[in-house]
Amino acid sequence: MNTAKLMQGNEACTIGALTAGLNFYAGYPITPSTEIAELCSEELPKIGGKFIQMEDEIASMAAIIGASLAGCKAMTATSGPGFSLMQENIGYAAIAEIPVVIINVQRVGPSTGMPTSPAQGDVMQARWGTHGDHPIVVLAPGNVRECFDLTIRAFNIAEKYRVPVIVLTDEVIGHMREKVVLPDISKLKIENRIRPKSKNDYKPFEGDAETLVPPMADFGTGYRYHVTGLSHDVTGFPTNKGEIAGKQLERLLKKIERAEPELRDYFTESTDDCEILVVSFGSSAMSSLSAVRKARSQGIKVGLFRPKTIWPFPVEPLKAIAEKTTTIIVPEMNAGQLIYEIERIAGCNKHVMGIHKLNGELFKPDEIYNAIVQGARK
Amino acid sequence: MNTALEYLRENRLPHIWCPGCGHGTIMGAVVRAIARLNFDKNKVVIVSGIGCSSRAPGYMDFDTLHTTHGRALAFATGIKHARPDLKVIVMTGDGDATAIGGNHFIHAARRNIGITTIVMNNNIYGMTSGQVSPMTPKGALGTTAPYGNIDRSFDLVQLAQASGATYVGRATTYHVPLLIDLIEHALQNDGFSVVEAMTPCPTYFGRKNKMGGAVELLTMLKDNAVNIKAASALSEEKLKGKFLIGEFVNKSEPEFTNEYAKMVEQVQRKFDTFQGGLRECEQNSD
Ligand SMILES: Cc1ncc(C[n+]2csc(CCOP(=O)(O)OP(=O)(O)O)c2C)c(N)n1
Ligand code: SF4
Repeated sequence: MNTAKLMQGNEACTIGALTAGLNFYAGYPITPSTEIAELCSEELPKIGGKFIQMEDEIASMAAIIGASLAGCKAMTATSGPGFSLMQENIGYAAIAEIPVVIINVQRVGPSTGMPTSPAQGDVMQARWGTHGDHPIVVLAPGNVRECFDLTIRAFNIAEKYRVPVIVLTDEVIGHMREKVVLPDISKLKIENRIRPKSKNDYKPFEGDAETLVPPMADFGTGYRYHVTGLSHDVTGFPTNKGEIAGKQLERLLKKIERAEPELRDYFTESTDDCEILVVSFGSSAMSSLSAVRKARSQGIKVGLFRPKTIWPFPVEPLKAIAEKTTTIIVPEMNAGQLIYEIERIAGCNKHVMGIHKLNGELFKPDEIYNAIVQGARK
Repeated sequence: MNTALEYLRENRLPHIWCPGCGHGTIMGAVVRAIARLNFDKNKVVIVSGIGCSSRAPGYMDFDTLHTTHGRALAFATGIKHARPDLKVIVMTGDGDATAIGGNHFIHAARRNIGITTIVMNNNIYGMTSGQVSPMTPKGALGTTAPYGNIDRSFDLVQLAQASGATYVGRATTYHVPLLIDLIEHALQNDGFSVVEAMTPCPTYFGRKNKMGGAVELLTMLKDNAVNIKAASALSEEKLKGKFLIGEFVNKSEPEFTNEYAKMVEQVQRKFDTFQGGLRECEQNSD
């Protein structure tokens, strides 16, 4: 049995990463993510892993892609301004299919905003921040233990599907301390990228017939292949042929579409008979859960749907629950981002109501409770 | 011994470069230097950014990485740090290396990380058709400097030296034997090495500035280059309008990945069992 520990979210992300096999970290300090870099600088040398503080976040993102190509499990961590700087190279990781993990501990934006206050304003940037259509996976832990679990999951997904994975936390989740009991590490499933079996006729960007994921060779092991951010064919060399480029992009998008049922991850409470549904993620969901429980104790038929994978969004499970409800409440520490996805899923005959926070404060459970009561009166 | 040709992907040729472009000459010099050193081609990685120059790795038979504009050195830093046993070579344009990538350039030099950087300097943005770069001479014309460039330009040799590079050389695509020698020496340096290869872009720089074609541009490189060894004997008068070529820096200083390995050894001696994550986090500041 593992003993309970008092642990911070950022620390849990770091331990999760190390458990998943992290052996390369590159980053640039930024509040409220810096503890992750500091912990990595302390822990990685102990296991012979690599740490480097880069000159900026563009370079950090570039360095982890380089390291991943050299066979490492690589990660960076940042917050708003740094996340913005990383976008171009996140797109590179998407098109070149490089497994990397990016932890974004959200703070209030835009720009420098409020460095020490939480927000959930990067929901859309995490999905669409880099230009062009691209695959991406975004996970949102809702407590400290989940920081550990979902960072491991992020590495597993990155490795299995050759895709950049973003762990989207926020200042509260990152800095909050909770009692955590870690699972038996030997029982965890740790994924490693599939490497090619033979050097003969290696096609680095030919997807597997079923998973659509190509095997990935480490640089420096004799495969001598080419990687580019230009549209390329199965050999990895650039192509101007629209048909080939289009097919490759389609494969990139489809590999994540196909994997969606496996990527799905969500928590529900009291959704069996609910008439009102609260859809909430990350630190907002802590307040949402209290509010739902309080309203339930008053006899209001309300439930909570908390996505842990937010992109791709678990559409089917939400649809199944939403069908039975009349009102959906979406509390977000932003001016309304995930709500677009919820509205799309719920369809136009449902009342979808957003409640928003822009002042860098967590929701008080009563703010959500009041919205539930209001919804119940309708 | 391998021949230079064995280091090229012949099936990827012909290349995309214009007739008279010097980028192919530089690529040729790189593979010739590698051939002289008889490197195992499975242990060499070539990294580039974006630009005409940055297309070179696609024609070279190694693990090759064509990255984003200006960022080659940052990607290369990740590779070298992850696998210090690999020979990592960056091929980059003057715009790629000193404009958008200028920050990565000075920091890679400061760290003295074991990467050999070949800056293919044609004094212009070739790929995007002739805009000025930080290495376009003052007064020259570019499509974004139709009245003449008012910006001052970098002296890359001085920039590299001041930033901490432990090998710095400059040659031109006219002085090919020197260029190969310099690249060979650069590849033998453990730390961060820079070789500036001056080269003509007849299509944009030459045409816009009415300097003629490839032959005239090469002649200019020939006539205006002075070897650093000869320069000290020449008067200021005689050096006016000339530029220096040759080997400027060649010294041995601690290399980044070696220093890291030393630190790891010390740390591991201290913590012989991994106790990851037991420490409490300190409070953060802004
Ligand atoms: C972020 C970004 N900005 C701008 C560009 C457009 N761009 C492509 S190549 C290039 C300049 C290349 O010039 P240089 O590095 O000198 O190489 P050359 O083509 O002259 O060999 C520019 C500005 C880009 N690809 N990416
Ligand atoms: S545009 Fe200039 S740099 Fe580009 S290939 Fe042509 S000559 Fe070379």
